[in-house]
Amino acid sequence: MGELLTVNMGPQHPSTHGVLYLELTIDGEIVVNCKPHLGYLHRSMEKIAENRTYIQFIPFTDRLDYLASMNNNLGFCLTVEKLLNIPVTPRAQYLRVIIAELNRVASHLVAIGTFAQDLGAYATALFYTFSDREKIVELFDNICGSRLTYNYMRIGGVSGDIPAGTEQIIKDFIAYERKQLKEYNELLTYNVIFLARSKKIGILSKEKALNYGVSGPILRASGVKWDIRKEEPYLVYDKFDFDVPTGGVGDSWDRYKIKLDEIEQSLRIIEQAIGAIPEGNPVSKVNRVFRGTGETYMRTENPRGELGFYLVAEGGFNPYRCKIRSPSFSNLSVLSELIKGLNISDAVCVLGSLDIVMGEIDR
Amino acid sequence: MQNSDLALQIKNKFPSIVLDEQPNFLVVPKTALLDVACFLKSELGFETCHCLTAVDRKDKMEVVYHLYSFSNHFMLTLKVIISLDDLTVESVSSLWRSADWLEREVFDLFGIRFLNHPDLRRIMNPDNWTDHPLRKDFKREDFIPRPVTLGLKG
Amino acid sequence: MAINEKIPGDRFMEKFPGGEIILTKSEDLLKWAKGSSLWPLTFGLSCCAIEMMATGASRFDIDRIGSGVFRGSPRQCDVMIVAGTICVKMGDCLKKLYEQMPEPKYVIAMGNCAIGGGIFYHDTYSVVKGTEQLGVPVDVFVAGCPPRPENLLHGIMKLQEKIKHAKQRPSTTDQK
Repeated sequence: MGELLTVNMGPQHPSTHGVLYLELTIDGEIVVNCKPHLGYLHRSMEKIAENRTYIQFIPFTDRLDYLASMNNNLGFCLTVEKLLNIPVTPRAQYLRVIIAELNRVASHLVAIGTFAQDLGAYATALFYTFSDREKIVELFDNICGSRLTYNYMRIGGVSGDIPAGTEQIIKDFIAYERKQLKEYNELLTYNVIFLARSKKIGILSKEKALNYGVSGPILRASGVKWDIRKEEPYLVYDKFDFDVPTGGVGDSWDRYKIKLDEIEQSLRIIEQAIGAIPEGNPVSKVNRVFRGTGETYMRTENPRGELGFYLVAEGGFNPYRCKIRSPSFSNLSVLSELIKGLNISDAVCVLGSLDIVMGEIDR
Repeated sequence: MQNSDLALQIKNKFPSIVLDEQPNFLVVPKTALLDVACFLKSELGFETCHCLTAVDRKDKMEVVYHLYSFSNHFMLTLKVIISLDDLTVESVSSLWRSADWLEREVFDLFGIRFLNHPDLRRIMNPDNWTDHPLRKDFKREDFIPRPVTLGLKG
Repeated sequence: MAINEKIPGDRFMEKFPGGEIILTKSEDLLKWAKGSSLWPLTFGLSCCAIEMMATGASRFDIDRIGSGVFRGSPRQCDVMIVAGTICVKMGDCLKKLYEQMPEPKYVIAMGNCAIGGGIFYHDTYSVVKGTEQLGVPVDVFVAGCPPRPENLLHGIMKLQEKIKHAKQRPSTTDQK
């Protein structure tokens, strides 16, 4: 064992997926210790929640996990609806499912593209996945007016109906994306270099994953067949037929492959939902300003794991306390265990496969 | 396993626990927390501490634990009430590693110290800060509150 | 080349009568070169970073205006695109990185949070309300939350115009 060197990785770094600061202690090229420092994007969301009404807080939930804004909106709206027993119209439920699954596809595409970028395929995979994502984002632009921070869901429904012709665009997109998934498998998944870089790197065992509170694709890659959409279904997920893909070993390649499988399952859900969407008015008729009492906890399946909202209401217009349980926070805590003993380049691979978003870690 | 059975089973073993009126909420006294947590993890199979947070109730603080059992599909919520003159509570990070960072966050934002925590320091705010932002009596000069709109007072 | 054929850049180049030599001022040539290859620093902080990546991707293609080479090290960059919310902890890093960039350097503040705090202006204890509050001079402000990729391209082109029309720029070592 030679002399140990402390190296700073971040907070400004092309591979840290945001502003994460890792203090690595290395011996040659091997990482001996890793100490993550957070807080470089701490925007005091929970303090803001105590000073805004329920509807005024929805745009802030967009900015938590900014790659899956619709899912965050959905989680918050479902929590408030559970707390105050507000019903949702059937058409709004189906629309919410379709939109949330499209956003899941978009988020997984970004994760795949940036993972390949971290491994060295600098922009090739990124261009393919971002160009697919542009189709989804353009669709969202037509529906709600924005490309990234949508603010589309409302308490009790959505903010507006989808314009005419959207269903055909979605059907065309599903057919196109299925062809693209085959292309990703040929280009990337079974590529010799990709396999050599990511197989058997950063293996996360089942017990450790459960103990660290890991959730989402990372937990499923470690062999636990767990999906909130199947176990505690919300909206109309119990009406659809879809599988929950699980991985074998829990290495970085498994975590990547699961995302491709989940895209396929999301396309299945969207296809079934488009075929069954009822007529009606999806716009909510709830007042803009209302009081609430009680406490509740509700969790939904985000592309990165289980997003939970713990909401305490004391009778005012604003929530008394809103705690956001973010999936990437718990997923990141497992990093320092996983990269001990690996090369620095493998550490970058593991960090990329964990697929974190700093906006929801630091809130 | 039924929710009420589980709650009653825990209450029979630890008589000092109070059942809250909401389902699945248990109020645990501070002294019994570690014993209850060990019992929950080893006997009843609660593998994950899903979420850990605190609520500032102005005259007391509540630390809220959300524990989940995958085998029983059951989410249990524990509340520990601590008074403002003794803001300490036992750490459960030796049982559930997810509580490690969550307790650091509660310490940073509320000032509650967790005893026997492996590395209790601030996680979100800079290390040289001395106040705790999420308390209700937090004041600072550069904190600009939003002007209250007419009709929204209260 | 015919005598009255239009050539690109004829605003600052003059054709020598009858021949194929063009004359220009060296300052104009330097300004044209500076503006046409502004290499940005990868400084994406939050949501605006995703729109910056989308601008670099194939649909909007920032490379066609010369800025396609994103560099990780500040020593190799010309422009710092501050994309996202600046928090208290990150403010020191931003100042350090700005000081490490070699002259001539420019700053684009992308997004409402970098301009003036954005939606995080009220009720926050840990957000710096804009890049200029840190003492970093900003050349172009690109508004939006997040700004569309076309908006960012427009911002970079405005910066290119600003460079082209700049008079003798005071050195930043004179400024505070």
